[in-house]
Amino acid sequence: MKVLVGVKRVIDYAVKVRVKPDKTGVVTENVQHSMNPFDEIALEEAVKMKEKKIAKEVNFQLPFHPIICLASVIIHLQVVAISMGGPKSQEVLRNALAKGADKAIHIEIPDADIPKVEPLHVAKAFQKIVEKEKFDVVFLGKQAIDDDASQTAPLLAGLLDWPQALFASKVEKADEGHLKVTREIDGGLDTIKVKLPAVLSADLRLNEPRYATLPNIMKAKKKPLQKLAAKDLGVDLTPQTKTLEVNDPPVRKAGGFVEDVPTLIAKLKEKGLIKH
Amino acid sequence: MLSARTLFTNVLRTNVASRFSSTLVIAEHDDTKLAPITLNAITAAGKLGSDVSVLVTGANASKVAEQVAKVSGVKKVLVAQDEKLKHNLPERVAPVVLASQKQFNFSSIVAGASAFGRSVIPRVAAKLDCSPISEVTEVHSADTFTRTQYAGNAVVKVQSSAPVKVITFRGTSFPPAQQGGSGAVENAPSSDIKTDSSEFISQELSKSERPDLTTAKIVVSGGRGLKSGENFKLIYDLADKLGAGVGASRAAVDAGFVHNDMQVGQTGKIVAPVGFGVIELYIAVGISGAIQHLAGMKDSKVIVAINKDPDAPIFQVSLA
Repeated sequence: MKVLVGVKRVIDYAVKVRVKPDKTGVVTENVQHSMNPFDEIALEEAVKMKEKKIAKEVNFQLPFHPIICLASVIIHLQVVAISMGGPKSQEVLRNALAKGADKAIHIEIPDADIPKVEPLHVAKAFQKIVEKEKFDVVFLGKQAIDDDASQTAPLLAGLLDWPQALFASKVEKADEGHLKVTREIDGGLDTIKVKLPAVLSADLRLNEPRYATLPNIMKAKKKPLQKLAAKDLGVDLTPQTKTLEVNDPPVRKAGGFVEDVPTLIAKLKEKGLIKH
Repeated sequence: MLSARTLFTNVLRTNVASRFSSTLVIAEHDDTKLAPITLNAITAAGKLGSDVSVLVTGANASKVAEQVAKVSGVKKVLVAQDEKLKHNLPERVAPVVLASQKQFNFSSIVAGASAFGRSVIPRVAAKLDCSPISEVTEVHSADTFTRTQYAGNAVVKVQSSAPVKVITFRGTSFPPAQQGGSGAVENAPSSDIKTDSSEFISQELSKSERPDLTTAKIVVSGGRGLKSGENFKLIYDLADKLGAGVGASRAAVDAGFVHNDMQVGQTGKIVAPVGFGVIELYIAVGISGAIQHLAGMKDSKVIVAINKDPDAPIFQVSLA
């Protein structure tokens, strides 16, 4: 079984972003970047599945053997990390390899084109890879914390015509060829069963991602990292959305401290916010 | 030459679309009543300057459709009632939307940015080869919108050239559509709904007598500082006194103090709209105010922070 995990290089979640003075975007130069937190969770789940050795037995025929020879082998789960982005996305892929991915694919785009890439483009590029390399599951984060779009997983599921299980907080093996997924929805949780192949997206509470250890970081340097150019995949990268301007959110008027609870309540009453 | 032709067809397509501009809102409901976020989406759809139709899918769609027809601004209600559409799985709703699109050629297809809308809308967009636009907070024209990025720290104005605008709207950014409409109800075109790819098993919804977090006028939220699930009783008591909804930070949810659907922030529920006076007061108790939490509540009219640490970032947005 093969699992594809999408990982995106984004501005680190702890960084306070700054909008550029010319309103064209946010400052990304010399800013700490890391793997999108939701993608770390997706990757962790895939690696955990591999470690649990979810394997299936297959009968196969040796291609050059004169007699039909049936043998039974265990195929272990293979985890492939994929990222579409500028040259620096390779750092994120190496990190994914250090955390347990077996192989990485980098769909490279020039730095200048990064702001123009939309989730639809990413989904189309991933679709090409999935169709070429025959994956059984695609695991993505539920959203990237930079564009906050939350689109790539359902877009890819739509393009492939595969079922989707979004916002997963628990993934279990169901009957042959199915996964049972518990999802975080608005009013609580729901549980669905999807037939493989399927696209999954990870929510925050799915697992605790591991840290890459130094030995594993060293080993990751020897793992295969395949490079492709987006244009070689034959994906149309024409943007359908143009950014007109990027602004800071409105600034709040500074507040003040109150000495005690009665003063707080009196102030709120004065503003008509509480009645009694 | 080729590009000139593409340009020409694009221009032609845009013109045709604007002449017959019309919007399809995908309704969300629980088989008995319409989800409030659909009413916000109907208001937003009206701002696109076009006729608004609403598609209701489900096992008991007709009943909900009658409610939708009475909503102000709704011209037409399309009903797809089918046992296969029970629980409205996105794999089954999407073909109905696409069949409706094929027949009526809407210029926009929209929904509220709930878990349901976020599941269905991009799936539909993929089939139409359109880049969707998520969580729109403001509509400037039929193709120009505002949304936020980076957990609400960048406000982005975008213009879409997609042949069909496929959008989710942030519920708290638009007032709910009122009653007083008289839309025509008709059956949605039939579509081939496959049932083997996904299946609903169960759901576990948390029940609460308190106002819903996304529509409450006052919200009281607790964080890690509460130290235990039992101590959250203090938050519930205060909330009940104020008639408020109860929220939580990610830390409180992760620590198991409260249920996940109470989380406020970039990855949880967004409360607090500005301008409609829906969230008037947000009280944050024992919450430091991480960027991700602020994303969910910093547009509240008045924010009160109760915290031992005078340097907590929450104080940067609070007015006490």
